[in-house]
Amino acid sequence: MDHVLQLKNVSKTFGEVAALHQVNFEVGTNEIVGLLGDNGAGKSTLVKIVTGYHQPDPGGEIYWKGERVAHLSVAKARDLGIEVVYQERALADQQSLWRNIFMGREISNRWGILDVNGMRSETDKLMNTAMGFTSAAVTSESTVKTFSGGERQGVAITRALYFKAELIVLDEPTMGLSISETKKCLDFVEGIKKAGKSAIFIDHNIFHVYPIADRIVVLDRGTVAGQFMKAQLTLEELISRLQRVAQTGVLDTSPQAMA
Amino acid sequence: MNTVIEAQRPKSPARAGNAVSRWARRNGLQIGTVGVALFIWLLFLIGAPRTFMSFDIYNALLITTPFFGIVAIPLTLVIITGEIDLSFGSLMAWGMTGFSVTYTLTQNFWLGFVACLLFGLLAGLINGLIVVKIGVPSLVATIGTQFFWAGAVLVVTNAQGIGLTFTQGSLLHAGLVGQLGGVLPMQFIWMILIAIVVWFLLNRTRFGAHVYLTGDNLDSARLMGVDVDRIKITVFAIVGLAAAFAGFVQSIQLLFFWPTMGQGNFLNTLAAVFLGGTSVFGGTGTIFGTFVASFIINAINPGIVAVGLTQYYTQVIYGFIIVISVALQALLRKRLT
Repeated sequence: MDHVLQLKNVSKTFGEVAALHQVNFEVGTNEIVGLLGDNGAGKSTLVKIVTGYHQPDPGGEIYWKGERVAHLSVAKARDLGIEVVYQERALADQQSLWRNIFMGREISNRWGILDVNGMRSETDKLMNTAMGFTSAAVTSESTVKTFSGGERQGVAITRALYFKAELIVLDEPTMGLSISETKKCLDFVEGIKKAGKSAIFIDHNIFHVYPIADRIVVLDRGTVAGQFMKAQLTLEELISRLQRVAQTGVLDTSPQAMA
Repeated sequence: MNTVIEAQRPKSPARAGNAVSRWARRNGLQIGTVGVALFIWLLFLIGAPRTFMSFDIYNALLITTPFFGIVAIPLTLVIITGEIDLSFGSLMAWGMTGFSVTYTLTQNFWLGFVACLLFGLLAGLINGLIVVKIGVPSLVATIGTQFFWAGAVLVVTNAQGIGLTFTQGSLLHAGLVGQLGGVLPMQFIWMILIAIVVWFLLNRTRFGAHVYLTGDNLDSARLMGVDVDRIKITVFAIVGLAAAFAGFVQSIQLLFFWPTMGQGNFLNTLAAVFLGGTSVFGGTGTIFGTFVASFIINAINPGIVAVGLTQYYTQVIYGFIIVISVALQALLRKRLT
């Protein structure tokens, strides 16, 4: 399988604390990887390495589409097409939808004068296609604070896809969402798959990750405790295994244990 | 009828409605500002019909409102970014200090005018650098620079004013405070021009889009590649430039530069921005609102005197307006989140 992103032997220590230890992690082309783990398992450290906020300790290697990336900075990650969707920090609440879609990447001429009509009509197009907002009451001029939690995640994901993100990192996108809103949000994550792009879906709610992930990676205390193709096991098996991880720190991935 | 529609879509009742109510909601604050203007005008019209039926009062408003309105308009940008500038009053006098020094040296008032603008621009730039690069909260930083520049003006001028009668008859005088067609004061024209330019900057350029984003959600703006530092420094610099210009306009109108000029503009300028609907929390605000509110604020003083109250009420009302406007914004914010 082609990999869009590969981490090899990545460790990260903060002073005395090893947040990640010898982690091997990869995301395939057009694959949705669910990243599960308790608080403190190293999920956010891993994400920050992927997005260039942290550099791995010497010895760790990062590959993008098979090519080694020597120094992955935030700017470099953006250029490669790695985009993070944070729940709280994704949108500017009091601004219109079109201003949020084009946030920081406004269409303008060389004098910096905005093409407002162009951005509005692009946003209208996206609303009818990618976002599926069909209600006449929502326009490209609607402020996003009136949107529900799931819709807001949808705006952020749509924005990432519109600007040709290759790998979208979703940091706990369903946190605090109601059941129906979670469903909406997960539909948008499935849209990433349909668009032929890849995603890392971080959550500690296994019920949200399981239905849409192709592969589930379990982090525990800074190491990869195990990973499964979803096809390999049922949700019930996964849950009982995760309980064992919590107790022992070891995830039994042997075929015997699977059976 | 409406209730049926809303019952069908219980999760988004706010979205039910037609284009008119949507327009009204989007421009609610501006409609509110115009409403307040009409209400106060009506109040004064009834309370003091003789004053408010005559042309003189309106002429006076057109002459004096730009003295602080020219500052209030760009100050709106600073407040939209979530910062505040309290030093603009001192910068008005500091710009004129630049004029005094340059004119004394060269006897060229055009050169003095340019120096005035440069002094203001630089002082504004310094405000921005202190806030952004050093990280001092703008509230404190600009209280500091407010005192600093006020003091610097007194030191440099030795607290001596300078008469400007020599500018009379010049193109500069006519262009800034002359009368267009013998009726409209030129400073009013300048205020309109500045409002249009700043409106365009704010609503139709990348820079303006980033001003809104910076104030609305600093983190997400930064994550999406907005250079929030540059935006903040720029808006502080623009206020410095505008304050110096307003100081020059006021001085050349009065034909005298008082070193304490600008100290009296503190309350009315801030009140104009907040009454105009600009949120102290950042992210929202309009130039139109500030423009209209500047005239409301300036009408209050003569209005109060005309209806027979003492002038002392003016300050009470300005303070009241600031607190009420900001309180309304705080309540609106709570309701919406």
